[in-house]
Amino acid sequence: MGLVIKNAIVVNADKIASKPQDILLDKGKIAKIGGSFDGKSHEVIDAAGKLVFPGLIDMHVHFREPGREDKETIETGSRAAAKGGFTTVLCMPNTTPVIDNCMIVESIIEEARRVGLCNVIPIGAITRGQKDDELVDMFELKRAGCVALSDDGKSVVNSHLMRRAMEYSKMVGLLLIEHCQDPLLSCGGVMNEGINSMRLGLKGDPGVSESVIVGRDIEMAQYLDARVHLAHMSLKRSVELIRFAKSQGIKVTAEACPHHFTLTDDAVKHFDTHAKVNPPLRTKEDIEAIKMALKDGTIDCIVTDHAPHTAEEKELDFDHAPFGMIGLETSVGLTITELVEQRILTWPQMAEKMSQKSAEILGLASKGWIKEGMDADVTIIDPNEAWEVRKDDIASKSQNTPFIGRQLKGKVVTTILAGKVVYSTTPGVITSGVK
Amino acid sequence: MEWTKRHLLDLEGLSQEEIELILETAKSFKEVSTRDVKKVPALRGKTIVMLFFEPSTRTRTSFELAAKRLSADTINIAAGGTSTTKGESVLDTARNIEAMNVDLIIVRHASSGVPHLLAKNLQASIVNAGDGCRSHPTQALLDMFTIKERFGRIEGLNVGIVGDILHSRVARSNIIGLTKLGANVTVCGPSTLMPRDIETMGVKCSYRLEEVIEQSDCLMLLRLQLERQTQKFLPSIREYAKEFGVNKAKLAKAKKGIVIMHPGPTNRGVELSAEVADGEYSVILDQVTNGVAIRMAVLYLLLGAKEPAVVLA
Amino acid sequence: MTTKIMDKDSIRRALMRIAHEILEKNKGTENLCLIGIRTRGAFLAERIRECIKQIEGQELPLGILDITLYRDDLTKVSVQPVVHETTIPFDLHEKKIVLVDDVLFTGRTIRAALDALIDFGRPATIQLAVLIDRGHRELPIRADYVGKNIPTSLGQDINVMLEEADQHADQVVIDQSPAKAGQGEP
Repeated sequence: MGLVIKNAIVVNADKIASKPQDILLDKGKIAKIGGSFDGKSHEVIDAAGKLVFPGLIDMHVHFREPGREDKETIETGSRAAAKGGFTTVLCMPNTTPVIDNCMIVESIIEEARRVGLCNVIPIGAITRGQKDDELVDMFELKRAGCVALSDDGKSVVNSHLMRRAMEYSKMVGLLLIEHCQDPLLSCGGVMNEGINSMRLGLKGDPGVSESVIVGRDIEMAQYLDARVHLAHMSLKRSVELIRFAKSQGIKVTAEACPHHFTLTDDAVKHFDTHAKVNPPLRTKEDIEAIKMALKDGTIDCIVTDHAPHTAEEKELDFDHAPFGMIGLETSVGLTITELVEQRILTWPQMAEKMSQKSAEILGLASKGWIKEGMDADVTIIDPNEAWEVRKDDIASKSQNTPFIGRQLKGKVVTTILAGKVVYSTTPGVITSGVK
Repeated sequence: MEWTKRHLLDLEGLSQEEIELILETAKSFKEVSTRDVKKVPALRGKTIVMLFFEPSTRTRTSFELAAKRLSADTINIAAGGTSTTKGESVLDTARNIEAMNVDLIIVRHASSGVPHLLAKNLQASIVNAGDGCRSHPTQALLDMFTIKERFGRIEGLNVGIVGDILHSRVARSNIIGLTKLGANVTVCGPSTLMPRDIETMGVKCSYRLEEVIEQSDCLMLLRLQLERQTQKFLPSIREYAKEFGVNKAKLAKAKKGIVIMHPGPTNRGVELSAEVADGEYSVILDQVTNGVAIRMAVLYLLLGAKEPAVVLA
Repeated sequence: MTTKIMDKDSIRRALMRIAHEILEKNKGTENLCLIGIRTRGAFLAERIRECIKQIEGQELPLGILDITLYRDDLTKVSVQPVVHETTIPFDLHEKKIVLVDDVLFTGRTIRAALDALIDFGRPATIQLAVLIDRGHRELPIRADYVGKNIPTSLGQDINVMLEEADQHADQVVIDQSPAKAGQGEP
């Protein structure tokens, strides 16, 4: 027995359907689009008035397992992902211990399967223990299930090591994801260096700490004819460098987070540690540059950098509170409210930024499109539902977000993973247990 | 005007009138410290805790004297040595202290924003005795009091602030306070110790001390934190002292009656020569005296309570 | 409803009589000092000093006392009262102090003033001169010199106006005010 989505307006990266269709999901695949299906032999979801996206992909989350299960686990993280409309997430390796060997990779994949709410693909570290010293065993990680490597949380500072990592990963066929930040330049900064940091007496992280690494990696990718993916771009200058690199045919791709196209460092003005994030919130000018880069394709995809932290940690003073905010459950709402509603992105562009392009970059061939034969990962969104972000509604184990109280438009109503509903706001629809 | 604030976190949150009320009130309190019995019962029964996460002798002593001269009970908690290890919650410490029915907490911390964090989460009044590089409101108030005492006004005066502007909470608070009261402020120091965008705070910026000395009615020198700067920000202390230190020779071109201030403790031979520190222009000791009066005024005003008044006649 | 009970002349006469009484009781001006309680007490003390000068040709030392910090209701007022300077330019030790205020009512202001004075030194005696005594004492305090005794009810307000303080010709009035809010100056 399959699942039929009736009256679906399909949004793919290339176009939005002009009229509703019915879609049959069967045996974990999209079996048929169009035609009519027998409501008696299949489960039915009515998507009238809704938009049907390919299952959203977030290639940058932190699930904290193993090591900090008090902040998030694969289970709670998967719930948050399903609620946010994500069917595939890639979790970063800065756990304790670091994801740098096949044992941890396999255990994460196994746990994610047991939970069954979301595809969780671990990203391996680039250097052993993320210590910026020796490369990890890349072939082994690939065989265990990794598709990408990153030392996220920090850059590979040693430029020679980065060169070797690019050369080796190219041979192995793994994507390198760089967290761009020169630690000697950011020098303990806790927010963007600018007028606000000066007034607040907080240590500033100058944007140039990001752009110098962006520049270095672009040059390296050009020299080695290798690929590199730049994580969470926050800066106008970074965008300009990437745009230039792409115009030269250099194989660089990049991502941006909703908070970097939504909030400026004004959010820090009252020492709100929920707005403490790395890379830091920048200026209005940077926000505009990020938006334009998403529009013109300079930045390829939207990720959340979902970074859960406990309330106790976020209650510390600003210097000592950890960096990061959760994002899985607000990403769709922020993207629609800030980009689609503002006519910066079209609906198909949203599908591209939040699903298709990530699948392409990661080499997930059966994901990213609502097409016959693709995986039956589907996200149904009500484009008109207005809602408020409320602490009590958060599915993630942590609630550290500066967006509490924010009014958003556009909400995920149903998330379908491999043909099974894993999240739904509609009463009566059988789900796998997300509230 | 009526005083309504319960906390003193920074000068950004105070109006010009409020700053002037503090300065005016401090005048009366200065007299109390000259009496034989240097104590009034105004804050009898109030408990004030000094919670210092950073070592301080001068500011802590000044606050303690101020509180004691108002008959408040004071307790000193030097949280500096042991409990400021990373991960320890300041808020937790403060909540524990507050649970002992404390009326006011004077806090100093190396992280900017700690007083705001406490004010947001506690019932007690909070006084900022210095947070990170952000704010040191009572220092700025006592500096303004000293200037006003000398010149009878602040409006229209040219004040030069010289030294490590980047890391100085004293500089930030003075810039905010002095510009609010209408002074023309010029900041001066090595380019590496000057925040980008400092002009957005309404000040002029100069890298030439001679020029600043010539224009200034009042010169405020900042302490150079030797440990911090030597490594990356400056070629050498020697070069700093030569270019940005104030000595008698450099003061030759100064306006008559120029006043030299320093929040202390001074590095003699670095920010200023001994003859300048002890010389006729220096009001450094007046600043210390006035500090007690300012802090008395602040404590007195903040601890105003909530019930309706009783008629007295 | 406002009733005028003293005018400029009657105030002048009362103060002159008080001056005479002070001199008579203290047998001259030796060791005698005047201390006025801010605000109107200070002006009245100055006037008494002038009267004494006319009578004896002697100018008495004069101090001004601000009792705000000694009030017993500081923790109860909604907004901290403004503190003014105290100026006592002489040593109180072994002096005969005449404390001057405008109205004697509950006695609490005088209690505060006595506390303050003792902090400044140990006078030989402290006497009290007031322009008006309106009764209703809450503390065992009485005046040595009274300009005028005026029995009042608690619902009434005594208003002393002096040229120096109020930009109004000297006068004392009774206001019949309904339900006093009770935030008067001490």
